[in-house]
Amino acid sequence: MDTASTLLNTPLHDLHLSLGARMVPFAGYSMPVQYPEGILKEHLHTRAAAGLFDVSHMGQVTLVPRSGRVEDAALALERLVPVDVLGIAPGRQRYGVFTNEAGGILDDLMIVNRGDHLFLVVNASRKHEDVAHLRAALSDVCDITLIEDHALIALQGPKAEAALAALWPEAAGMRFMDARPATLEGAACFVTRSGYSGEDGYEISVPADAAERLCRALLANPDVHPVGLGARDSLRLESGLCLYGNDIDEGISPVEAALEWAMQKVRRTDGARAGGFPGADRILGELQSGAQRRRIGLKTEGRAPVRGGVALFADAEGRQPVGTVTSGGFGPSVDAPVAMGLIDSAHAATGTALFAEVRGKYLPVTVCALPFIPARFKR
Amino acid sequence: MLKFTPDHEWLQIAGDVATVGITTHAAAQLGDLVFVELPEVGASFGKGDSAATVESVKAASDVYSPVAGEIVEVNEAIVSDPSLVNSDPQGAAWFFKIKLSDSSELDGLIDEAAYQELVA
Repeated sequence: MDTASTLLNTPLHDLHLSLGARMVPFAGYSMPVQYPEGILKEHLHTRAAAGLFDVSHMGQVTLVPRSGRVEDAALALERLVPVDVLGIAPGRQRYGVFTNEAGGILDDLMIVNRGDHLFLVVNASRKHEDVAHLRAALSDVCDITLIEDHALIALQGPKAEAALAALWPEAAGMRFMDARPATLEGAACFVTRSGYSGEDGYEISVPADAAERLCRALLANPDVHPVGLGARDSLRLESGLCLYGNDIDEGISPVEAALEWAMQKVRRTDGARAGGFPGADRILGELQSGAQRRRIGLKTEGRAPVRGGVALFADAEGRQPVGTVTSGGFGPSVDAPVAMGLIDSAHAATGTALFAEVRGKYLPVTVCALPFIPARFKR
Repeated sequence: MLKFTPDHEWLQIAGDVATVGITTHAAAQLGDLVFVELPEVGASFGKGDSAATVESVKAASDVYSPVAGEIVEVNEAIVSDPSLVNSDPQGAAWFFKIKLSDSSELDGLIDEAAYQELVA
C-alpha cells in the first residue's frame, strides 16, 4: 500500500485539514474518510439535507474526435462498452461499463456527450489502466486526455438543488443525468445532475484553483455539510450501487452484476449495433438465457453487520456454499445491516433464506430486492 | 486501581475482579459504533484472546481480554445501545467483568500517564 510520502493530495487537501477531516490512503490519494461529525451523522445529513464530497481522485477523461464529429467518438467508444453511446444526446449522461474479452468488467464509468466531445468519469483505482485501454483501442479516431487540473466534487441530498441554485439558478432546471457547463464563483465548471448516493444531486468538475473557493461557498449554506468516503460508501451501499473491486470486477459479467439496464437494446442481439464490444458472446448469451451467478441484496436477522468477503451458505452448518458477500456494512438510514452478494442463480430469488459465516457462526440472512432505500432522483 | 493496556483497554481492578472497557481514544478512533458482541458469562479467556467484537459503520474490531480469567458479568446496556461506547467509554459503557486467574498479570499493565503518553 502507499505510504504517506507517496500519496497524492487533491486540490481540496487544505480544506479537508482545516475542517478537521480524518485522512486515509485511498487509491493512491490522501482522502477524508470522515469529518468531526462522524460517518453516521454525515450519512443521515446527506439524506436529510445535503452533503458535499471531494471525489477529485476519480479520473476525468476527454475523448475528442479528430473529425470534429462527436458521433465518431461515440461509435469508437462503443467498441469498448455494451452501451448505446451514440444515443446519448448532447448535454446528457449515461452509465456504462468497460468489458474484457472474458465478459468481465474492467471498470464502470459515466459517459457525457458534451456536444463536440465525450467526457468520462472513471474510478480512481482504474483511471490509468482505463486511459491506456482507451488509447490502445480508440487512438485512430480520438485524442484521449486524462484531465489533471480539475477537481471533482459531489453535492448530494434533497437540499442540493437549493444550495447549488443559490449560486447558479439554472441548476434547478436540470433533470437527472443532464449535463451542462456552468460559471460557479467565477470559474468555468461542468455540472451533471447525478451522483453515487441514491439521492438527487450534482457532480461538478471545477478548475483546481477554484475548487476550494466553490466548496467554501457551498459550505457557507448551513444545509451543506462536508461528507467523507465512509458515508459515501454506506450511502451507495444502501442505494444498491456497485463499488468497483467489490461488487464488480474483471471476473464478474454485467449480467451477473444485474446491470442489464445499462445495456440498451440497440447493442443487444438483433439490435442495430448488436455486439462489437469485448466479451459480447458471453454477455449477449447471458442476456438471453441468464447468468450462473447474480448480484442480490441481503438483509440480516440480527444487528451484526455482514461484511464483504463473508461466505454464504444454503444451510446453517456451512456445508453448501452458494456465494460471497461483495459489500456489507451498517445502513444508517435503514438502521440495520445491509449487504450485497454474488450468489448462484438457483439461490437468488427474493426471500431465499441463506446463512452468512461470521466469526465462526452461521447467521441467518435473506435475499432481498435492491435498493434498500428508494432512489430520489429528479427525473 | 485503574490500569490500561497498549491495546486501548482500561481495567478498574477491585480485589480479584477487573471491570474492562475501551479507552476514550479507542472509541474516538473507531467512530460511531453500531454493534457490540459480548462474551458469555462463565466463558474463560487467556490474556490477549479476543473476548468481544465492536463494529462501526465501516469495520469490525476485536476487543482483547487484557488478563486471563473467567467472565462474571457483562454490560448488556452497550449491546442494546452501542452508541453508549462513544458517549461514555470509560464510564457507563464498560464491557465485562473478569475474575482474574493470575493476579501477577496486573504487573504487565500500564498506568494512565503511560497510556496517555502512548496515544499522544
